[in-house]
Amino acid sequence: MSRAVPEHLQKTAKGEAVTMLEAISEGLYEEMVRDDSVFMMGEDIGTYGGAFKVTRGFLEEFGDRRVIDTPISEGGFTGAAAGAAHMGLRPVVEMQFMDFISPAYDVLTNYIATSLYRGAGPMPMVIRGPVGGGNRGGPFHSQNIEMAFFHTPGLKIVYPSTAYDAKGLIKAAIRDDNPVIFEEHKGLYRAPALREVLPAEDYVVPLGEARTVLEGQDLTIVTYGAMVHKSVEAAQTLKNDGVSVEVIDLRTLLPLDEDTIVESVKRTGKLLVVHEDTRTGGIAGEIAIRVSERAFEWLDGPILRVTAIDSPVPYSGSLEDYFLPQTDDIVKAARYLAAY
Amino acid sequence: MADHFPTGLDRDAILELYRALCLTRAAEERLEFLQKQGHVTGGVYRSLGQEAGAVGAAFALERRTDGTGDFLAPTVRAAGALFLFGGDVLDFFRQYLARATAPSKGREANAKISDYQKGFVAPVSPLGTMLEVMAGITLSFKLRGEDRVGMVFYGDGASSTGAWHEGLNFAAVQRCPLILMVEANQWAFSTPTVKNTRLESFTEKAPGYGIGAESVDGTDVIAVFEAVSRAAAHARAGKGTQMVELRYFRRLGHAQHDAHEYVDPALTAEWEARDPIALFHARILERGWAPEEELQTIQQEVDEQCRVAAERALSEPVPQGPDAVGDIYTDVLMPHPWTRADVPDLRNACDD
Repeated sequence: MSRAVPEHLQKTAKGEAVTMLEAISEGLYEEMVRDDSVFMMGEDIGTYGGAFKVTRGFLEEFGDRRVIDTPISEGGFTGAAAGAAHMGLRPVVEMQFMDFISPAYDVLTNYIATSLYRGAGPMPMVIRGPVGGGNRGGPFHSQNIEMAFFHTPGLKIVYPSTAYDAKGLIKAAIRDDNPVIFEEHKGLYRAPALREVLPAEDYVVPLGEARTVLEGQDLTIVTYGAMVHKSVEAAQTLKNDGVSVEVIDLRTLLPLDEDTIVESVKRTGKLLVVHEDTRTGGIAGEIAIRVSERAFEWLDGPILRVTAIDSPVPYSGSLEDYFLPQTDDIVKAARYLAAY
Repeated sequence: MADHFPTGLDRDAILELYRALCLTRAAEERLEFLQKQGHVTGGVYRSLGQEAGAVGAAFALERRTDGTGDFLAPTVRAAGALFLFGGDVLDFFRQYLARATAPSKGREANAKISDYQKGFVAPVSPLGTMLEVMAGITLSFKLRGEDRVGMVFYGDGASSTGAWHEGLNFAAVQRCPLILMVEANQWAFSTPTVKNTRLESFTEKAPGYGIGAESVDGTDVIAVFEAVSRAAAHARAGKGTQMVELRYFRRLGHAQHDAHEYVDPALTAEWEARDPIALFHARILERGWAPEEELQTIQQEVDEQCRVAAERALSEPVPQGPDAVGDIYTDVLMPHPWTRADVPDLRNACDD
């Protein structure tokens, strides 16, 4: 028996373009249909359909056993997801805003990430939710949380930048037997420029594989999330200067696709890392050391980074714009490096 | 003629309870011995005086080996429950002795063993987490319509954590068939109960979550069995999460490194007089449920079982260093340190 797919989730089937948010909704929906062991927990995801409406219509379709509105307790329901995963279910947990994942830090790092290693079995689960700034959300609705978990072996971290990747990656994450933290940038959710027509057939984007967005010869920019689009914008500007920029979208942060980065840097000889997350302890540091280890002699300049500043995320627009890395920052850093 | 047996128990059950109590103590005494010999490098966490709590509680559940029975999250002081659920004494020693043959391959310590067919999951040291995890395990029973209940052990200390609250609240709201076993042994390491809660009894927390609770003498294995049987019946009948408090006393330090000097020896002596195994032994004889010789035979058998298991575990290999990087992901191999590998030049380490 085939289900009647809710109207708003039929765009791809009808050959219409979808936003990144719609792509994620479609991916989640299709996985719920494909596999009965997939279920969802989170705050306001059922009746309300989620703070950003990612799960709109899911409760009506799948019922309150598979779409569970939880108490306000990120640690509690993330831990409960771990228990359900032990029993062979595949929970998908929504953090209403990823800023609120911190109460689940204990269970994610101490319990979930170590389960397989401790002999307690695999942890097929996804923790997904909105991240990122630019929406004037202030300190608690704007954070990027990847680096709080990047240091934890056993977790995977995914951060898509396009509708195509978002759908393929969320499906791959749900099918993965390891715990996956899945970051969805709010600024990309409904960005008109990201609307695209997706393949009608089922597809996944494998975890752990970066994507070369632009090929170039003079300089490599390694980035992810919303900064992919700003980096591409910067690359167009630099093209007018005669600088050819390669842009790599990591897509999966953990495990890191080191080979793609190293291979690119060996060709261009220069590396700029761009991330929206704050500076100290950001992923740029890890990428820089890996390139230093494996491609030192190919480098023709210092490894540079463009990042948010080391501060909480400010509310006021003028403050937040200053806080966030902007296209002009990327252009400036790239020009500096290109001239090296 | 033997006195009539308590409801739900027969002669075999009485002897099985007695055996589980003696096995727990024998296994732990053997561990202490192995530690003094330098074979156990981690802590040895004794349950001296608490054995009846774990044994009586686990005995009240449905124990199967095919993944359809009730489910347990023990603590390091609830080895008796683990054994009753089919946890292997040999595996118990392998874990403490950090053998490659241990269920965790030497990566995790002590009684932290998982077997989902037999129905138990390894706890983690931040024990409040297990409330959350068991909420999810019992949620899965509910979602699939399975007639199973779960049981989670924790102590004074975990009762104060945020994870405890979030896990319990989640379980209560979802009416998960979960039984909380509070090991109220009066200590969280060296912190007395009065510094963990203003309450006289942990059961006073239960009304705040809308769940049923009962407090029981944790040195009386029959009383524990009966209380947990009631709680399990409630949970099975769809009444949701239940709490049972085991009142007893941790007669030794937190682990062997802790000399217990902060405890009034007179108080410890008081509880020594209420030793759960001695009490049950006396009761069996007094009621005529079994003769002394039979109890002695059980004691000898478990002593021998532990001696043989410990000896075998000791004879088995320890893990190889490079095994440290295994089983971190199901599908991603983590690299070995290049300084330990036969790689002359890191620059070419990953080149084609």
